[in-house]
Amino acid sequence: MDVTIISFPGTNCDVDTANAVSRKLNTIPKIISCKEKEIPKSDLIIIPGGFSYGDYLRSGAIAAREPVMLDLVNKAKNGVYILGICNGFQILTEVNLLPGVLLKNNSLKFISKTIKIKIIRNDTFFTSSFAKNETVSIPVAHHDGNFFIEKKALMEIEDNQQIAMRYVDPINGSLNDIAGLYNQKFNVLGLMPHPERAIDIRTGSDDGIKFFESMLNFANI
Amino acid sequence: MKALVYVRLKSEVLDPQGQAIESALKNLGQKKISNVRQGKLIEMDINSHNIDEVKKTVDQVTKTLLANTVIEEYSIEIK
Repeated sequence: MDVTIISFPGTNCDVDTANAVSRKLNTIPKIISCKEKEIPKSDLIIIPGGFSYGDYLRSGAIAAREPVMLDLVNKAKNGVYILGICNGFQILTEVNLLPGVLLKNNSLKFISKTIKIKIIRNDTFFTSSFAKNETVSIPVAHHDGNFFIEKKALMEIEDNQQIAMRYVDPINGSLNDIAGLYNQKFNVLGLMPHPERAIDIRTGSDDGIKFFESMLNFANI
Repeated sequence: MKALVYVRLKSEVLDPQGQAIESALKNLGQKKISNVRQGKLIEMDINSHNIDEVKKTVDQVTKTLLANTVIEEYSIEIK
């Protein structure tokens, strides 16, 4: 499987994500700069977590207008799998590959802890190794994770079953406790939790491994 | 010409920053203040004297980058 990770100024989870991909997807990912106009041929493109452009203007807003994004949007339309983690999720909403927006946490506090997440769907590229409605422990670390979308569009994404995962206990004000979201074609996933930080029990949880197992299983079919 | 772009959260979007400011103002004894909302002001110079062109350009860059119209509304002032 060919995996590319896009790095922006202020991205800080690119190396952790590359480490998780190398160890759990058995492939060495390419890390490319957001200034590249073309993304190498990839089965999976990951936008990792961090604070691209210092969250200036709105988190993800400036990153979403970088040269690499035109090719990313094209590749998404052609069915390439795209995963945005944390800041990556914010960037995917800013570039309109995912609906809605991530506002400041309603507590106005940065939340950094391992929490319970319920996996809603287990029939996609990203989650096939989970049981349906399985509850897992995955760390979150964000200031802007409060998912918001207008009422009608919220009903649409619920009706289309685009919700990938929900917080078991409300933490940041997210509508319907949404922690992760698919696009309509289910090839783009944005999530606030960090699965790449949950791949070794020695650092608290290895529940994140199942994300990588899912992708690996899918690739081997 | 100079352009001022005011970006505000739409009224239906919760504004926890505004609420925090309001609570601080109340702590200062300002009991009559309510509905505090925080927005942004973005200033720029544009090298043109054609007001229609300036308005068009500013509107375009605001829609493209400065405001996220899912949650924000904006107004533009040209000087």
